[in-house]
Amino acid sequence: MPALLELEDLVKTYHLSGGIDVPVLKGVSLRVEKGDLVALMGASGSGKSTLMNILGFLDTPTSGTYRFDGRDVSRLSEDERADVRAARIGFVFQSFNLLARTSALQNVLMPLEYHRGVRRRRSEERDRAVRLLEMLGLEGRLDHTPAQLSGGQQQRVAIARSLINQPDILFADEPTGNLDSVTTVEILRMFQRLNTEQGITIVLVTHDAEVCDYAKRTIHIRDGLVAPDMPSS
Amino acid sequence: MIPQVIQTAFIALGRNVTRTLLTMLGIIIGIAAVITMMEIGNGASRQISASISNMGSNMLLIFPRALSTAGVSVGSGTGITLTSSDCDAIVRECPSVRAATPVVRGTSVQAIHGSFNWSPGRVDSGSEAYFDVNEWSFEDGEGFSARDVSAAETVCVVGETIVENLFEKGESAVGARIRLNNVPFTIVGVLSPKGANLMGMDQNDLIVVPWTTMRNRLSRGGGLAKTSSGTSSYKRGDLYSLSSVSLYPERDTTQTSNYLMPIRFYNVNSIMCSAVSPERISTAIEEITDLLRARHRIQEGGESDFEIRDMSELLSILTSTSTLMTSLLLIVALISLIVGGVGIMNIMLVSVTERTREIGLRMAVGARGRDILTQFLVESLLLCLVGGFIGVAFGRGVSMLISHVKHWPVSPSWEAILLSVAVSAAIGIGFGFYPAWRASRLNPIDALHYE
Repeated sequence: MPALLELEDLVKTYHLSGGIDVPVLKGVSLRVEKGDLVALMGASGSGKSTLMNILGFLDTPTSGTYRFDGRDVSRLSEDERADVRAARIGFVFQSFNLLARTSALQNVLMPLEYHRGVRRRRSEERDRAVRLLEMLGLEGRLDHTPAQLSGGQQQRVAIARSLINQPDILFADEPTGNLDSVTTVEILRMFQRLNTEQGITIVLVTHDAEVCDYAKRTIHIRDGLVAPDMPSS
Repeated sequence: MIPQVIQTAFIALGRNVTRTLLTMLGIIIGIAAVITMMEIGNGASRQISASISNMGSNMLLIFPRALSTAGVSVGSGTGITLTSSDCDAIVRECPSVRAATPVVRGTSVQAIHGSFNWSPGRVDSGSEAYFDVNEWSFEDGEGFSARDVSAAETVCVVGETIVENLFEKGESAVGARIRLNNVPFTIVGVLSPKGANLMGMDQNDLIVVPWTTMRNRLSRGGGLAKTSSGTSSYKRGDLYSLSSVSLYPERDTTQTSNYLMPIRFYNVNSIMCSAVSPERISTAIEEITDLLRARHRIQEGGESDFEIRDMSELLSILTSTSTLMTSLLLIVALISLIVGGVGIMNIMLVSVTERTREIGLRMAVGARGRDILTQFLVESLLLCLVGGFIGVAFGRGVSMLISHVKHWPVSPSWEAILLSVAVSAAIGIGFGFYPAWRASRLNPIDALHYE
């Protein structure tokens, strides 16, 4: 059975103005299996965010191979990547990135505007969004705008939003970076629950060693390279 | 997908209602100005053309050409080449001519009624079609009939000024008898007032009599009779004989052939025609020229023995003035629309910058560049269209208010409404494109982390 994500010798070099090349990823090879809960850990500047952008189809590698679900996707065009993101990827960001002055429900429904080719009835979409928000413990807050929600609640709305398109894999970029320690635990438990109960593959990008405790596996990135795998305790 | 896009755009615009309304204000004012200008301009030019046609804009005057005897020119209209049968033929055979009347020039008369007397500014003559040609309606009574004309009856139609000067206030003029140069005339109608003409002459200071009456009763030996001409091929006896007036019913063909009589010519000073519409004046002139040249047996290349004058120059000057005014106002209004458009572009650019993170997020969840472009274009299009509709309503309101308060003539114009909706849509797309294009070119990674 092929891995969900497979990188082989992936290189990403940024070309800055003035002809200076900055190598950020210097040959990364890794595999993520279906149903895994992986922590991608590294200090800031280690290249973990760049790696996540490439894994999440936001960016393209300079060289090397990226196989997604057995298919080579290293050279997709901008529009093709947008389509993959719409259909198979979910994102959770550090700063939640919810639409201001928009209800929790509308925020969750937003990605479906770009879910091309899939026809669902509006009522069906709405029911799904309500179920997701209820699953994440936000019943009774469907009409609240982000300003009326706490940080933890906002992040749960964002998680619901990332799940509305039934993605194969969820990328969470420092999902707890803006949260206090109590909420951090709450959110991380939520990821664990999604992983075990729904079987969703999750990649957590973090610099916080505590987060790794909740992952099944930790991949350390150091200076643009993968450090030897260490199973979490 | 389309309704979804519009819904999203409405939600986005609804998030900042004050700013949306302020942005629209430029378009609203611009469109309202266009609508108001067009309606006032339309109303003005309509009124001008109405008052010109009141002065006889589709009027054509046919005069005999100037004569010269032994090298001495006698002046315009001095020939005697036109006859009343020319006039009948014009009505019969020229489709572009609505009506025509022969005119015999009047002499100065003194009008007397009871203890009042008055010298009318103008004494005119014509057939029963005179009032139709001049587009003149009646205040009281009616015009003289064809029978009055053929019988050379002593009837007349008078203008308002005549009534004022010959009658007591409140006295009815219709049916009264007045004396013109000691010939008693019965007033059959009073013309509705028309005001001064372009030369400042009072058009109501007028008496109209049948042309036959004018020729035989009033100006006998007047306008026509004095002219002697070498070019006229008609016999003098025919021209001046009193028997040339048809005082009796016309003979039919059998009767005519039974009597050996020369063809009778009823000479007139000029013929007044009215074209079907101002646009057909030139066609009417051609038709009349061809007809009269044939009737007068003028050879190919020979000079016509008549000339035709029209008022189309006057008409074109006046209409071009009002068109110029309207287009000047329209240009000013369009400039304000462009300023409004620049305002839209400005706000859309601000909005794109402000919503950079939103754009990044939408791209991250799968929006293509094209989706972002469409979304921002639809937003600015909606902004302009909604502004345009409010502007149309506002402009209609203003022009209605103006017509109500200042009594300016205003006429609603569908073209203006269609034009301004089209212009506002064009502004929406035109000025919205650059910001939308900038938004669609954003890199999702940078956009997501934009502070």
